Amino acid sequence: MDEKTIREKLRAYITADLMRDPDYPLGDEEGIITGGMMDSFALAELAVFVENAFNVYIPDPDLTVAKMDTLNQIVARVMRDIK
Amino acid sequence: MKTLHDALVLTSGDISASAIIYVASDAPPQIITRGEFRDAIQRYANGFIRLGIQPRQMVIIAQTQNLEAIYAFWGALMMGAIPSMFPTLTEKLDPHIYMQNMAELVHLSDVRAIITSDDFVSQLVGQVGCPVYGNSAFVGELSSLEYTPNPDEIAFLQHSSGSTGLQKGVALAHGAVLRQIQAYSDAIRLTSEDVIVSWLPLYHDMGLIAGFLMPLIQGIPLVLMSPFDWVAHPALLFRAIHDHKGTLCWLPNFAYNHCARRIRARDTEGLDISSMRLFINCSEPVRDESHRLFLDRFAPNGVRADMLTVSYAMAENTFAVTQTPYDTLPKLDKIDKTEFEANKRAVLSDNDGALVMVSCGLPINGTQIRVMDGDKNPLPERHVGEIAIKSDYMLTEYYRRPDLQPFTPDGWFLTGDMGYIADGEVYIAGRYKDLIINAGKNVYPQDIEAVVSGVAGIHAGRVVCFGVPDEREGTELIAVVAEADIDLNDSQAHKQLTSAVKLTVAQSTTVTVTYVKLVGAGWLIKTSSGKIARSANKEKWMREQK
Repeated sequence: MDEKTIREKLRAYITADLMRDPDYPLGDEEGIITGGMMDSFALAELAVFVENAFNVYIPDPDLTVAKMDTLNQIVARVMRDIK
Repeated sequence: MKTLHDALVLTSGDISASAIIYVASDAPPQIITRGEFRDAIQRYANGFIRLGIQPRQMVIIAQTQNLEAIYAFWGALMMGAIPSMFPTLTEKLDPHIYMQNMAELVHLSDVRAIITSDDFVSQLVGQVGCPVYGNSAFVGELSSLEYTPNPDEIAFLQHSSGSTGLQKGVALAHGAVLRQIQAYSDAIRLTSEDVIVSWLPLYHDMGLIAGFLMPLIQGIPLVLMSPFDWVAHPALLFRAIHDHKGTLCWLPNFAYNHCARRIRARDTEGLDISSMRLFINCSEPVRDESHRLFLDRFAPNGVRADMLTVSYAMAENTFAVTQTPYDTLPKLDKIDKTEFEANKRAVLSDNDGALVMVSCGLPINGTQIRVMDGDKNPLPERHVGEIAIKSDYMLTEYYRRPDLQPFTPDGWFLTGDMGYIADGEVYIAGRYKDLIINAGKNVYPQDIEAVVSGVAGIHAGRVVCFGVPDEREGTELIAVVAEADIDLNDSQAHKQLTSAVKLTVAQSTTVTVTYVKLVGAGWLIKTSSGKIARSANKEKWMREQK
């Protein structure tokens, strides 16, 4: 799976499932949690999604607001471990 | 035992035994022995005295670290001050708004000191109208304490959520707290073999009483973790139960969904949580589907249906009002929807459209419950009205709020919750007051409306906020409809304003708005007196969502 596909899958998932606003044009650098777009509960859900969709396991120390707040950060973290 | 001072058994006896076990996702467990706990409390108590705090003065504890919060709270109690736990500033809150709220509270409640983490002191000093001390101010010699409280005097305050103007400090006396803890311990058959595991915030009644005071007073170990850590890493709770043989855990309804949906399979592989006696669903409407989801997901780890029980609780009653009777499953009551909505009756029904109500159980010892009609007359069973309670462990008063009289002339406390009684068990069916419960937190829609009214581009006062029950999350999500002074067809402007609304709420409150609908003039429904009608606008929004 290439980066672009991963990015768009993540964007679609975050806006539709976590933000409940599928039409929202989420920017790559927008703070999803610090911007109040979704609750910090959603971090845990994102971890489940990433594992199911891309087979990438993100360990607990990496599941923090500081490390997973923007689409760019999340994509980079997935790309690091994708096989 | 007459006061909390007599009751703190966890500082005596075998001082090498563990009192508190603090667990985290990124560090090994920290074990605090009874001796260490006693010394830490004394250090704080002495510190308060040295800093000039007098008995009966109020202090706020706003710590980022739960252990220091616990020590400071008991330390204040021991020297006779009146402590109250508060949330700290988080990464999403706007520090300026936090300071303003704190300053207002300091002023209204005559707070004499705020105790917080060292790295937070410099931000608060000079901003809040009273001295601010970090943990490092509480070091030094231990000495014996001489303060002896009266059982009827106020021990501490539990603050309700909401903006400061709406915030009420629920004042609880020593005797009331001890009576509640005894009655509730009997209801759940607490024994010395129990181990309580909690991620709950200490500024919430469930976290403060069940997840903090009860274990320390009953002399059983407490396994504690940070709510922030748990929310991002929910498997931490199961790991803690497994490692420390947990037996009791209180959770708001959303937590059942959160754990079931968001704990990865590999994170609970091999964890045995069959040591648990009870998970107690408390502090927001209980959904049977949430229990089923939890049971399906964690049955392989040892969760059984008989562990899943319910309690109805509120800070004004110290904590618990009811509890599922011991050794039984929560009853499900299927009632006719039309009879309920049109006639306020809970009539049993087998129809497909029947409402499934989950029983909150029986009143615990010492609490009486009534259902009242609009004229405060008692209603018979299966009639829906306002739940009223009377007990011997109710609040003394709302602190420094003589304008708020909590009781009716004959001593009943009106809860604002709508419900009915059937076979003596209590069913909660809604609320009379406009209150949203989002993930166990009470949210006043007027607070959110005021915050959104201040966003540039929103027509001040033309904002409505309400809760939307959400099956997936097992809680209410927050929706806002706001009249905007922009061209709604300009997608860039629309996006910017939507983001601004969400950001402002996130920075000003402890919650997140899920749904923002920007509308033009004429969308919002007003009452004949010109006020914006929350329920009518909610219904309109729900229709448009379909």
